[in-house]
Amino acid sequence: MNNFEFSRAISVADAVRQIAADPGAKFVAGGTNLIDLIKEGVTQPSRLIDITRLELKRIEDSSDGGLRVGALVLNSDLAYHPEIEKRYPLLASAILAGASPQLRNMATTGGNLLQRTRCFYFYDTTTPCNKREPGSGCSALEGLNRMHAILGTSEHCIATHPSDMCVALAALDARVLTAGRSGERSIAFADFHRLPGDTPQIDTNLSEDEIITGVELPPNGFAKNYSYLKIRDRLSYAFALVSVAAALEIEDGVVRQARLALGGVAHKPWRDREAEAQLSGAKAAQEPFMRAAETLLSDARGFGHNDFKIELARRAIVRALGQAASAAPQSQIDKRIR
Amino acid sequence: MAKSSTARKEREKLSAPAKMTVTLHVNGVTKKLNLAPWTTLLDALRIHLGLTGTKKGCDHGQCGACTVLVDGRRINSCLTLAVIKDGAQVTTVEGLARDGALHPIQQAFIDHDAFQCGYCTPGQICSAVGLIAEAKAHNADAIRELMSGNICRCGAYSNIVAAIEQVISRKSGSAARERS
Repeated sequence: MNNFEFSRAISVADAVRQIAADPGAKFVAGGTNLIDLIKEGVTQPSRLIDITRLELKRIEDSSDGGLRVGALVLNSDLAYHPEIEKRYPLLASAILAGASPQLRNMATTGGNLLQRTRCFYFYDTTTPCNKREPGSGCSALEGLNRMHAILGTSEHCIATHPSDMCVALAALDARVLTAGRSGERSIAFADFHRLPGDTPQIDTNLSEDEIITGVELPPNGFAKNYSYLKIRDRLSYAFALVSVAAALEIEDGVVRQARLALGGVAHKPWRDREAEAQLSGAKAAQEPFMRAAETLLSDARGFGHNDFKIELARRAIVRALGQAASAAPQSQIDKRIR
Repeated sequence: MAKSSTARKEREKLSAPAKMTVTLHVNGVTKKLNLAPWTTLLDALRIHLGLTGTKKGCDHGQCGACTVLVDGRRINSCLTLAVIKDGAQVTTVEGLARDGALHPIQQAFIDHDAFQCGYCTPGQICSAVGLIAEAKAHNADAIRELMSGNICRCGAYSNIVAAIEQVISRKSGSAARERS
């Protein structure tokens, strides 16, 4: 690893002050992605600011009847928290679909949001990559792109966002809470991550002096009709080729409200309001589910090796909506898809 | 003049930041170390404390060979810095036996021949100890899923699952006896 300075933040205000004072600094908590990126030479921070001692480890009721999750709550503590299991099982399921127990014991809520892509060209410092080195080109466009995006891509980058947890948070309309020099912000989840456009090096709309302090979950957790379906090359401990977070509110067999978010297909968790609107008022049945999948994927485009993802996503959407409608969510232990 | 000051600045940039004092309570013994900040917990254990039971496999959090218990929970020691864990309780495979008796998981790995080359074994064993403490694995499918962070290239998986099942069932058996 390259040399870096190390310091510890003693409060959120101190963390903000420290990061503002050193433009090359980065926060570190779980370290599961950042330490690896430093080892690979993908990122070379001048300083790591340890935020693990900050008081951001609570899960508590929010004033509107939802839950507020501290940025330093570990992925495993979040997934197994009784209130999350009961009220937000979609979130619990998505977290348990990702990484391994060891990594979930390290990774934090805030850090999960800031994970960087696992595009192998981004990691391979001998190849061009606009995300790692702006202007150098995208090796994936005409390279090995089996894992890459089919929606929201640009000519500069076709990387995907790797998180499972974020797909559920997108579906649930969570909000990201931040603190910075200009005060606190609450950012809608859909506005937090960015599409690559011509600045693929910028993953999120977080300012350079901002720190994530928590995530807020709205009251409606869609706890009755939901499913998180993750399709990957091996059944456990692998990133998604395609994943689907499906959440429905059903009355007398009719969908009142639908949420649909996809992972593994874009630079950010993918939501499509048109496809969701199309579902509301429709029967909770195969036919409308197929039409919603068509709508969501109407602009999908493959790059060769990942062409199969379009059909895979179509089937995964229909399957996940069916699982949600029949209140039979995908198990993250028994991975047989029913 | 300008050139030499640039060179001096370059040298300053390249000079190593000061080492830091890190206290770790490893297998019940308090250790004070003087470490560069980029020293991983894994390297601190293996290189600075000579505890080579914990293995370096991939060094990227993909294989689980470096698994240790920190404050009772299993983690990948290759993906955290020792300085971040300042003050923590660390248990490695060397710290599992008690008074010369193997930990039940260690004994079960022997009973079930749950390894071939043995390189992944310390990580598998620490991971299994963490798994049992978490109490989320209630059948073989769950054991397989919740041990998926530990890769065994010899493919001893079926015997590893059997070893862990044995310890879990004996534990729940003795808990049932205590209740009755």
